[in-house]
Amino acid sequence: MSSTEGERTREGGMAAVVVAWLLVGIPLAWGVFTTIRKAALLFK
Amino acid sequence: MAGLLSKERIVAGPGFNRWLVPPAALAIHLCIGQAYALSVFKIPLSQAIGITHAAPDDWTFTQLASIFQIAIVFLGLSAAVGGKWLERVGPRRSGLVSACCWGAGFLISSYAVQIHNLWLLRLGYGVIGGCGLGLGYITPVSTLIRWFPDRRGMATGMAIMGFGGGAMIASPLSQILMDRFKSATSVGVVETFVTLGIIYFVAMVAGAFLFRIPAPGWKPAGWTPPTQASALITRNHVHVSQAVRTPQFYLLWVVLFLNVTAGIGILEHASPMIQEMFKGTVTASAAAGFTGLLSLFNMGGRFFWASISDKIGRKATYAVFFLLGPILYASVPFAGKIGSVALFVACTAIILTMYGGGFATIPAYISDIFGTQYVGAIHGRLLTAWSAAGIMGPELVNQLRQYQIGRGVDPAQSYNFTMYLMAGLLLIALFANLAISRVNERFHMSAQELDREHAALLHATMARS
Repeated sequence: MSSTEGERTREGGMAAVVVAWLLVGIPLAWGVFTTIRKAALLFK
Repeated sequence: MAGLLSKERIVAGPGFNRWLVPPAALAIHLCIGQAYALSVFKIPLSQAIGITHAAPDDWTFTQLASIFQIAIVFLGLSAAVGGKWLERVGPRRSGLVSACCWGAGFLISSYAVQIHNLWLLRLGYGVIGGCGLGLGYITPVSTLIRWFPDRRGMATGMAIMGFGGGAMIASPLSQILMDRFKSATSVGVVETFVTLGIIYFVAMVAGAFLFRIPAPGWKPAGWTPPTQASALITRNHVHVSQAVRTPQFYLLWVVLFLNVTAGIGILEHASPMIQEMFKGTVTASAAAGFTGLLSLFNMGGRFFWASISDKIGRKATYAVFFLLGPILYASVPFAGKIGSVALFVACTAIILTMYGGGFATIPAYISDIFGTQYVGAIHGRLLTAWSAAGIMGPELVNQLRQYQIGRGVDPAQSYNFTMYLMAGLLLIALFANLAISRVNERFHMSAQELDREHAALLHATMARS
């Protein structure tokens, strides 16, 4: 594999990692946010 | 199709980024974590016929509780039976089967609600869905441990954190869907189950197809396995059939069982407990906020304690649980006595981090003691402790509370004895944890056995490419 190809593979790999994390991270963040909002009732 | 799912097919090539594996694991665990949010359907399902109120033919809360209990039992059984199969076929096939069971469980449950058949609901969600739960739970564990030999606790903690987080997504999502689908003639559960089944199936299949396993002998760049032998961390491997013959397996079973029994006792009764102990101070909506807060700590503890265990060791992590836990459990009645809601919330929140942490740290503990070769299979068999605790924990709290009330104890103080008992159980767990030592060499796999297994995988991978 040439160095340019290697860099492209690494960049592609990194993009896939970011997309994969966003796909699981966004619903999880929404769930956590909703729960925090609900939990805030305890302190009112 | 068979080739597409085979273990040989998913051996990662050079340059594969191992950080793609945790999202695959999370995709599966976030879906099956819905099980902890099943209570959101309790009221709608108990009014499936009456719609606005419970009709005489509607299901009771006790009948509905059996569905979750069956699911937890089948979680343990399928994990125990499927663990060895998972090690043979790899995480992609196992993840796909889990997705089929979990998705189908929802579709069958939807039909069961439609025709109002409780046995079919138990079969759909409890038995078939429960098998999806068990297989899905163990699917990513051994793969993550092999990809992250340098951070085993953190890696499995990330996935198992997803199981806690899944309920946080499922609970509001189910509410939104039921509000969208409900009508004058329906509580909206049928359509909600179908929608959830489809969403979970797609997400879990995506996760299953993202899995890759490292080639035999792979290790992270720049990482060298510790050369100095640790007291507990083995460089050998124990076959699952041998692992169940060791005292270490049963000590770990007791550790997990008691930690879950104690935690579940709090988790299941959190809302009524805070309302009864602080009557007039804590409203029903504040109690709902409290259960939400506990889910956050349950989830956070999974990542926190599992990551900490990479630094201080698994045995020390569990020792912290079993030393700190009894103090916190014993402080709960004290908090009630002095009327301190803040102390009560702080104690139960920390207890819940250790409940979650116990689940998340156990796979790394297993791999330290038995090696990584059959960690998924051994973990699967150990999860029967969860099933047993899932039945016993809530039952113990219920029975003890009823007994106390029957003896004329004020409901506000009826949980006190249970808390002291839980503290005692954790002390027993402390001794079980302290008794865990290295596995005797006679249980180790021989170099020839290991070479045979690695060679078979290498041969099949090369034949494919």
